[in-house]
Amino acid sequence: MSIILSFESSADETSVAVVKDGNKILSNEIATQIKSHQRFGGIVPEVASRHHIERVTILVDEALADANITYADIDAIAVTYGPGLVGSLLIGVTAAKTIAWAHNIPLVPTSHLAGHIMAARFVKPIEYPALALLVSGGHTELVYLPREGAFEVLGETRDDAAGESYDKVGRVMGIAYPAGKTIDELAHQGKDTFNFPRAMENDGTYEFSFSGLKSAFINTYHNAQQRDEVLNKENLAASFQAAVVDVLVNKTAQALDHYPVKQLLLGGGVAANQGLRTALANLLANYDTEFIPVPLKLAGDNAAMIGAAGEIFYRKGRRGTYDLNADPSLEFEEY
Amino acid sequence: MKILAMDTSNQPMALALVEDNRVLSEKLTNEKRNHSVQLLPMIAEMMQEVNWTPTMLNRVVVAQGPGSYTGVRIGVTTAKTLATTLNIELVGVSSLAVLANNIDQVDTLVVPIFDARNDNMYAGIYKNNAVIWPDQHTNITKLIANLTEFNSKIIVVGEYQNFVEQLTASFAERITFAKGLANLPKGSSVAQLGTAKAPEKWPHRFVPNYLRVSQAEADWQAKHPNEIEKDYVEEV
Repeated sequence: MSIILSFESSADETSVAVVKDGNKILSNEIATQIKSHQRFGGIVPEVASRHHIERVTILVDEALADANITYADIDAIAVTYGPGLVGSLLIGVTAAKTIAWAHNIPLVPTSHLAGHIMAARFVKPIEYPALALLVSGGHTELVYLPREGAFEVLGETRDDAAGESYDKVGRVMGIAYPAGKTIDELAHQGKDTFNFPRAMENDGTYEFSFSGLKSAFINTYHNAQQRDEVLNKENLAASFQAAVVDVLVNKTAQALDHYPVKQLLLGGGVAANQGLRTALANLLANYDTEFIPVPLKLAGDNAAMIGAAGEIFYRKGRRGTYDLNADPSLEFEEY
Repeated sequence: MKILAMDTSNQPMALALVEDNRVLSEKLTNEKRNHSVQLLPMIAEMMQEVNWTPTMLNRVVVAQGPGSYTGVRIGVTTAKTLATTLNIELVGVSSLAVLANNIDQVDTLVVPIFDARNDNMYAGIYKNNAVIWPDQHTNITKLIANLTEFNSKIIVVGEYQNFVEQLTASFAERITFAKGLANLPKGSSVAQLGTAKAPEKWPHRFVPNYLRVSQAEADWQAKHPNEIEKDYVEEV
């Protein structure tokens, strides 16, 4: 039995949650800055930091009130300390440390990536070994989970993250940041007619690359513009999405062939993509592996997922000290 | 009244524990280390030395800016989180006023400066502990123009190294520059200034005084002069 107060502020969402036993959400307050960064076409780090400091303490009070608990009920405080934008991370880390000290509550430093993967705990208990596909605006990784609390990165993107490529392509098409949802919707009304390249599809690694796809898309788009030709937006979106999904599914299949696992977990903001969810569900029909996509409302950044991951580290004895710093390039920590 | 006072607005970090106007403990560091790494351990250590626990605090005073954006945010986040989580008083003071407080000279213009690179600076003009020219993001030319309007002696304090030449050329006969430790903030000054002020009514809404919008927002506002500032953050 444990009650964990958790913090997440790695990018453009400030979030504070209360999670019971690592798998029940008592509250999950999220303040999103999307409207602010839409002005600039993407996240501006200084603006993000300024918004985080405006909201963080308000969210703490709301999270406690909505969970109907007081500080005396809290067993541990989990906080995202990386990866992410350093100025943004620092607000959550500083607030979490300060509350830990003020009320003498153990502090549990937690990886944002572990959080995205462990959001699956809110669906059902994770059975090991498991495989996780983590796809977001900042990350694209295949992660092997041999046992609870252990994360082995099999491969990651060498350039753009999948979600980042959606945003860059969206910007060219005049779609507001973040573009993933709109492109997903357009894609469902079109067909893959452009045959964009599938990078590194059969290179024997679990690595990804999306910058070539992005360039191919932008070239196609601009060449057509120069010829005053209007390309079908639905087909463009469908072709782009097909290329992204094909590579993600193909690499996941290769990983499943080498690492027989009980469950495949899908997490991260791009996990909300319907095309990707459907394609992975179809793939899993051929495997003796259960598919656990993160619930749509927990796909984006939120603190509940940090509570889910933090609970594992808390139980295993991981503790942070008051000199905890943000680590913008943190990968996974094992405990 | 037990006060914790802190200033992390630039490279120096200044802390003090003050009880009923008596300084029990004061610390100053001035090294290139992250405030996020140093601040809370040092607060915890100082509190332990005087046998205070967090719940014994009555008021937190913090230098609210201007200064390094990240530095100010570390102090302000720590202070507002402490105040809201312990339900105690929060007071913000000007980081420039903290430096000006180091100079104890009557009828002298005290000019605290933080170097903001190139010809830019954060500065204000103080006299007899009152603000004559409010804290602002400005440049050396504008500062000199404003100082020209007064006849009093001038003493400059803080990060003035890159401006000494121009200031001396303009005010050679009436300007001096603070020496050594006088150029660093003191935790006891933060506490002293913060004792005199009324606490924040809405500590949750307390944010740094950056005195400058971010570059991205400045560019955006220039392109969208008629856009009304709205609340860009939504709870979902």
